[in-house]
Amino acid sequence: MTPIEIRLPLDDAQIAKLRAGMTVRLSGPCYTARDAAHKRLTEMLDRGEELPIPLTGQCIYYVGPSPAPEGKPIGAAGPTSSYRMDAYAPRLLSLGLKGMIGKGARTQPVLDAICRERAVYFGAVGGAAALLARHITSSELIAFPDLQSEAIRLLTLDHFPAVVLIDALGNVFPERA
Amino acid sequence: MREISCEQLRTAVAELFLTANRQISSDIRAAMEQARDRETSPAARYALEQLTENYVCAEEDGLPICQDTGMAILFADIGQDVHFTGGSFEDAIQRGVADAYVGGLLRKSVVSDPLFDRKNTLDNTPAIIHASIVPGKQVHLLAIAKGFGSENMSRVGMLTPSAGEEGVFNYILETARLAGPNPCPPIVMGVGIGGDFEQAALLAKRATARPLGVRHPDARYAALETRLLDAVNALGIGAAGYGGRTTALNVAILTAPTHIAGLPVAVNICCHASRHAETTL
Ligand code: SF4
Repeated sequence: MTPIEIRLPLDDAQIAKLRAGMTVRLSGPCYTARDAAHKRLTEMLDRGEELPIPLTGQCIYYVGPSPAPEGKPIGAAGPTSSYRMDAYAPRLLSLGLKGMIGKGARTQPVLDAICRERAVYFGAVGGAAALLARHITSSELIAFPDLQSEAIRLLTLDHFPAVVLIDALGNVFPERA
Repeated sequence: MREISCEQLRTAVAELFLTANRQISSDIRAAMEQARDRETSPAARYALEQLTENYVCAEEDGLPICQDTGMAILFADIGQDVHFTGGSFEDAIQRGVADAYVGGLLRKSVVSDPLFDRKNTLDNTPAIIHASIVPGKQVHLLAIAKGFGSENMSRVGMLTPSAGEEGVFNYILETARLAGPNPCPPIVMGVGIGGDFEQAALLAKRATARPLGVRHPDARYAALETRLLDAVNALGIGAAGYGGRTTALNVAILTAPTHIAGLPVAVNICCHASRHAETTL
């Protein structure tokens, strides 16, 4: 299982070669957002406001890290369950979001939106939080500081291990009977 | 009468939650290493390699093993001859939890109002306390740091007596199937059978902390535990949901007397990061 190296932000050529079940290493910028931040982003869109983060080609990691110890960019930082973001994800995908990192299965509307927008859903191993933190080299607070661990941060990933769970053709790993 | 100071209680509670979050218990660690070595699916093996390596990373880097350091649950079995001095029992526990989560750089994951405000309390309090009075003059504390990825996949079923063993078996298996990859498999399943609606759930929560390898003292329930464990593993959900042979590390059942009309079954799912610690004061 030799992983494929992927540079973030994603471009169409990179997305086109990804297939469900492939292991990858992600490097480059990536934003964090969980339930509460997604709710706020959606409310801002409803009000016609400009979002605090760019979406085109970007990747969102569903994570709420634990506090960073002194001298470290981030605390433990594993994925949270992605299905809780399913109510919001199709809208962000329609606005140019290309990648999501989380854990667990997605619902049909998200799967459809991933195909339609030619995006990709990566899985990281839930609970491997201290190991994954070693693959995050910087973290900067971007928006919603009052949300604490749920605030939006800009991370730099460095060979972050993940698996393609849904590819742009709608293939899902693992195939469910 | 034996006196225990609230200060001692506070310190003990803080230590329990710190230990639970930073160090996985040796039985879980051994079971995860064994699962890794026996795994034949490459993707699941890759996940198990990361998870066993993660324990080392957490130790070396001074991080909790999972970023969801949980809601703090404390079972306190209090000897009836114990008298707590120098403050309030409840307050001492809440302060101990805040000490651990604020001082120990654990994540604060509690909001004050569940539906409308959802405002973070900033110190992970309140903890959920289950206190009971037992004979003697000791205090036994069991701390569980409960992540909600797995908590959200838990269920209570009010079955009726005609459901019998097969009904109970199917309900528990169905719970694991519905949970799929979300609760971070390999999971630990705590099951409460009997009592009423909330006692079944309490038994299930407590069962998640039973050491691996210990079976229910009644051979019939012990057999049901192993039969369920095999069936859950046959689902093929696998580590991280990547397939393979290890979906669960354990199924632990606790039972209680119930009503003539009822057969409550509660299933509390816990992830592989089954974090608990106990001590006796
Ligand atoms: S379910 Fe457990 S291992 Fe998974 S993210 Fe939550 S606390 Fe961590």
